[in-house]
Amino acid sequence: MHKTTSIGSALFFAVFLVTSGLNAATEIELQPANNDPDDIQSLQRGARNFMNYCSGCHSAKYVRFNTIGRDLEISEKQMIENLMFNADKTFDTIQVTMPVEDSARWFGTSPPDLSLIARSRGVDYIYNFLKDFYLDPGSPTGVDNRVLAGTSMPHILWELQGYQNAIFSVDEDGVQHLDRFEAVTAGTMSSDQYDGFVRDTVNFLAYISEPIRSTRRALGVKVLMFLVFFLVLATMLKKQIWKDVT
Amino acid sequence: MTGLESEMGKDRSAFIKWVDDRFPWTETMRYHVTEYYASKNFNWWYIFGVLAMVILVIQFVTGIFLTMNYKPSAAEAFASIEYIMRDVEWGWLIRYMHSTGASFLFIVVYLHMFRAMLYGSYKKPRELIWIIGMLIFFVLFAEAFAGYLLPWGQMSYWGAQVIISLFGAIPFVGEALVEWIRGDYAISDITLNRFFAFHVALLPLVFVGLIFLHIVALHHVGSNNPDGVEIKEHKGADGVPLDGIAFHPYHTSKDLVGIIVFLMIFSAVVFFAPDMGGYFLEHANFEPANTMATPEHIAPAWYFTPFYAILRAVPDKLWGTILFGASVLLPAFLPWLDRSRVKSIRYRGWMYKLALTIFVVSIVVLGWLGLQPAEGIYVPLARIFSIFYFSFFILMPYYTTIDKTKPVPDRVVYNA
Amino acid sequence: MTDDVDHIDRRRRHFLTVATLVTGGAGMVAASIPFLSSLKPSARAKALGAPVEVPVGSLEPGEMIRVMWRGRLVFVLRRDEEMLSRLTDVNDLLRDPHSEVIDQQPEFAVNEHRSLRPEFLIVEGACTHLGCAPLAEFEVGPADDWFGGFFCPCHGSRFDLSGRVYKGVPAPTNLRVPPYRFINDDVIIIGAEPVAV
Repeated sequence: MHKTTSIGSALFFAVFLVTSGLNAATEIELQPANNDPDDIQSLQRGARNFMNYCSGCHSAKYVRFNTIGRDLEISEKQMIENLMFNADKTFDTIQVTMPVEDSARWFGTSPPDLSLIARSRGVDYIYNFLKDFYLDPGSPTGVDNRVLAGTSMPHILWELQGYQNAIFSVDEDGVQHLDRFEAVTAGTMSSDQYDGFVRDTVNFLAYISEPIRSTRRALGVKVLMFLVFFLVLATMLKKQIWKDVT
Repeated sequence: MTGLESEMGKDRSAFIKWVDDRFPWTETMRYHVTEYYASKNFNWWYIFGVLAMVILVIQFVTGIFLTMNYKPSAAEAFASIEYIMRDVEWGWLIRYMHSTGASFLFIVVYLHMFRAMLYGSYKKPRELIWIIGMLIFFVLFAEAFAGYLLPWGQMSYWGAQVIISLFGAIPFVGEALVEWIRGDYAISDITLNRFFAFHVALLPLVFVGLIFLHIVALHHVGSNNPDGVEIKEHKGADGVPLDGIAFHPYHTSKDLVGIIVFLMIFSAVVFFAPDMGGYFLEHANFEPANTMATPEHIAPAWYFTPFYAILRAVPDKLWGTILFGASVLLPAFLPWLDRSRVKSIRYRGWMYKLALTIFVVSIVVLGWLGLQPAEGIYVPLARIFSIFYFSFFILMPYYTTIDKTKPVPDRVVYNA
Repeated sequence: MTDDVDHIDRRRRHFLTVATLVTGGAGMVAASIPFLSSLKPSARAKALGAPVEVPVGSLEPGEMIRVMWRGRLVFVLRRDEEMLSRLTDVNDLLRDPHSEVIDQQPEFAVNEHRSLRPEFLIVEGACTHLGCAPLAEFEVGPADDWFGGFFCPCHGSRFDLSGRVYKGVPAPTNLRVPPYRFINDDVIIIGAEPVAV
């Protein structure tokens, strides 16, 4: 390739790559969720957590129980006995027990469907959201949240985590910053146990946001292997045919 | 050859003769395939035309299969996409191929256009190829924009809201025009329904027609090459250009290698990163359209952002729209803005090389700025790079005239 | 280039061309599988096509109800003694009186009454000619060869009270019996394979 052309193309790609790596900055600092979508046991625990603590108010209306059973290796019997509280057929989707009008009246807003929450908000966001409720006497629910200030969701996991206070500091510009949390009452779980509980739940939410994730990755490996083989053949053919060109 | 084979050969040629008497089959194949001669010194910059065709086929096939399950109604559109992703067997693959294909089509088309700028492929006698190509580009814009509304997510809705509102800047008729495009007082079910018709029927038809014309024009004048030399000026005794080789089997066998490499990159994205970090599928678009709340960061899909950044750089609605339109239209005038005696960048002077570099940097920086919020340092930056962008075109007649060019060889440079 | 080398090159080129075409063709075939499979009934279609429960306890003898299963019409007829007695009378007029065409009913319905329990007839309400919904005409006559059954208004096919097709009509086979079983004496479930009779 000619020199100027190669410099031109290299420049083009370099600038493209550098800039595409930069993303809009998020204002709120988030701890990484570190969930492992291939950990079936974590997903099973997450499914249990979700059905016990979330599904009362939140639907996952695009997700079918039999899909979960198939992917998470949960038998139909276990599924019906342990997870399906408000559905009677395994091919049903996860609907909410609480009527939407009631929830809208109680919370001022209806709890969002969680089928895609891990894709729209990201796992780190939910992980931090579920950990960062703190006491706020001014709020109707008694709590506020570091990640989503003014949330209308109560701290439904308080029995597990316990309640915590937020410690604020004020900088020179008079802006308030949330520095850290301080436990007020102890929960039934230790801090590490609670992190694990939230991690499993987030992991499950990530799974239901795209149940075919593992299928697509496994298939991708095969497709790429085929294409590598095809590329070798096609390259040999091209070289052979281009022997004519002098 | 055995007796049977020669019998079959006879039958085959008899059949082709029967067809040829009624339809110009052999003639067409010769003209466009086996006896279409293009320069032997094509480099990989010449792969993007055929790749655009490959992606277009992918988009057509996956698109047709998506329409079988997609519901173009405000109430059902979002859910029908999730239905495709989860309930339809293999639906996820078809949808990811389509969404990834959209972004890749823009990547490939941008590189295809950049190739034309590197080697002066728009210059005489190829002005019409370039003009038709620009029309294809405009249709691609419309097609992508209409398609982007269909998932009916937050970004779909608010992106369409912003872009359609642009037309409101046009004096006197603006508001009426916007209502006419939407068919309603706001973006609604009606808008979605008609965008669906544009996306799956009207624009694809226009696409096919324009691409046909693009190729007819190309094969009439012949392809340019990295040296910008007209290979038809040196023909052998048989009338074949000395530096030309037949499209088939030489360029086809080379293109196949390029296509497979492309498919590997494409598959890597489809199977391992279909969101592409939020650039190919935006996070906010996994939330259904909510007419009551705009997402925090609203930006069009990445392939529109350079022009969007120019739009935002102007602190006036009308002038923003005008400059936005100008930024998209200006490249169409390249054949007449470029006064250089030579086509290829290989024989141009430092001025054009510098100008082209600044132009590429400006586009990329503007593309990045279009994704950032319009605040702080980003605003003056967008203005500076918008000026660079426009200067490339407006100053072109000047710097291409005085630029010192190198002598162009008679024949193409080729080392086997 | 010598003829020898030329000959080797030609063979190699031929081999590579065929190998590339075969590989590319195989890739195209593999790539078409997802597209063709996507046309099969989806998870939602399967969920909607799940077995349906039909209460039959309140059905009077001689009464018929129409239910839907997988978007298809199903007749549930409770035959009385007199209707059952008519079944043997018509055997000579029928094309397949002993239900020998195997695809038209589950094994348990290969009998004169074409059902699990003699009194309950469950057949799909789709004429085996071209799929019209037959009319229920249970009365005998007025034609002397009509002993009650199902009559298709589209092309005149006739079936008896067990859904067995008459001779000399366009429909080739008996009405299809769907899989079903009794959950208890009052409820049948259509679409579920019988476990035990």
